[in-house]
Amino acid sequence: MNRLRLVLLTVGGAGLAALLVAACLRLPDFGGRRHPYGDRAVHASLSRHTANTIASVNFDQRAYDTLGEMSILFAAVLGCVVLLRQAGDERRARPEPAEVARPVRRYALLVLPVALLTGLYVIAHGQLSPGGGFQGGVVAATALHLLYLGADYRALERVRPLGVYETTDSLAVAAYLVLGTAGVLAGTAFLANTLLPYGTFNTLSSGGTVPLLNAAIGMEVASAAVVLLAHFLDQAVEIEETTGERTEGAHER
Amino acid sequence: MSDALTVVVLVLVAAAATAAVAQRDPARQALVLSFLGVLLAALFTVLQAPDVGLSQLAVGSALTPLLIMLSVRKVRRRGRSKEGPE
Amino acid sequence: MHVLPYLIAAYIFLTGCYGLATSRNLIHAVGCLAVCQSATYVLLLAVGYRDGGTAPVFSDMRPGSRPVVDPVVQALTLTDIVVGATVTALLLALVLQIAKRHGTIDPDELRELRG
Repeated sequence: MNRLRLVLLTVGGAGLAALLVAACLRLPDFGGRRHPYGDRAVHASLSRHTANTIASVNFDQRAYDTLGEMSILFAAVLGCVVLLRQAGDERRARPEPAEVARPVRRYALLVLPVALLTGLYVIAHGQLSPGGGFQGGVVAATALHLLYLGADYRALERVRPLGVYETTDSLAVAAYLVLGTAGVLAGTAFLANTLLPYGTFNTLSSGGTVPLLNAAIGMEVASAAVVLLAHFLDQAVEIEETTGERTEGAHER
Repeated sequence: MSDALTVVVLVLVAAAATAAVAQRDPARQALVLSFLGVLLAALFTVLQAPDVGLSQLAVGSALTPLLIMLSVRKVRRRGRSKEGPE
Repeated sequence: MHVLPYLIAAYIFLTGCYGLATSRNLIHAVGCLAVCQSATYVLLLAVGYRDGGTAPVFSDMRPGSRPVVDPVVQALTLTDIVVGATVTALLLALVLQIAKRHGTIDPDELRELRG
């Protein structure tokens, strides 16, 4: 059985490898000069006063695609919340505060505000410099968890009322949809960037709706990451199964 | 010069990917994945994609390994509490 | 040099697939899937690279003064990374459920349970 599987894997892998190599050899050369889509994207971005072309592609030219990505994100977080909730046969144990070395504590508390601020800065300047909602959101959310190192789990739970973040997550998704619909109501297309003036190139308010959509994504990604980490931390640190019932429960299935 | 740099980082990424697959202990694999995340971020920077590099640095070297570590801890703790009382 | 980045991407993908197929631990398998995903990032960015190009960000340079690399594939990769992480989280949540219901995360043992 096991050998058969290995043979199958080798044959399939070799076939796939051959096909991939054949495909690679026919791709345009690495570093080539012809990038028709890229050139057009750059042109469109500049005509709408967005300095960071990637933000323009994500939140203007392909904003509809980002809506899809956001839905995947939202659905995945929803799935995690449902899968990792506290079940009837589980109880919460209060973990003992672990000893953390003093330099680690101090360093974590020192870095925490800096990292949080960096995350927010990266979100806010998404349409100007490298960065944006996707990156800054993750940075800000992970930064918050330095508190787990710097203080303890209770302190983290206090600054992290989970309900608020779950609501923020849904609100951000709703905000993105509302901004899209506003385009329709204004007489153009869904998520079309014609609602607001394009502003002065290379300022915070440039790019029409790009900064707003960017902020919505930043909010959603940050709260999604916080919710995800919170549920995994709960599972890893707090939630325990009540022993005894478990083994029978497992056999029933 | 820039070509040589690209090749070096590409080869390092391939090596780290191999190591991440070869490391069968998930807790250690999380560490290797985090290292792979840093290398990928470096590669993306070399390929002139700072946006993507930033994203990879935050996600690949912090968030994903953290989630894997927490899952490992949960599964290990389960194993202990199951064997303990019996 | 012309196709090396593509070949490296293919290699990373196949390595990840090998790890997925031979994994004896579902958490390890999820890690291998993350390796597979990183192959797609390398491939996408390699397709968009332009020799001598710079990042397509115009906050500190005059538009048109230098060639820039393709921003479209970069935007695709960017969303791919964040969405990939949440999908990884969802898979890990499923693994934790499996561990709870069946008491093991070895795919082979799980198959025996099923039979």
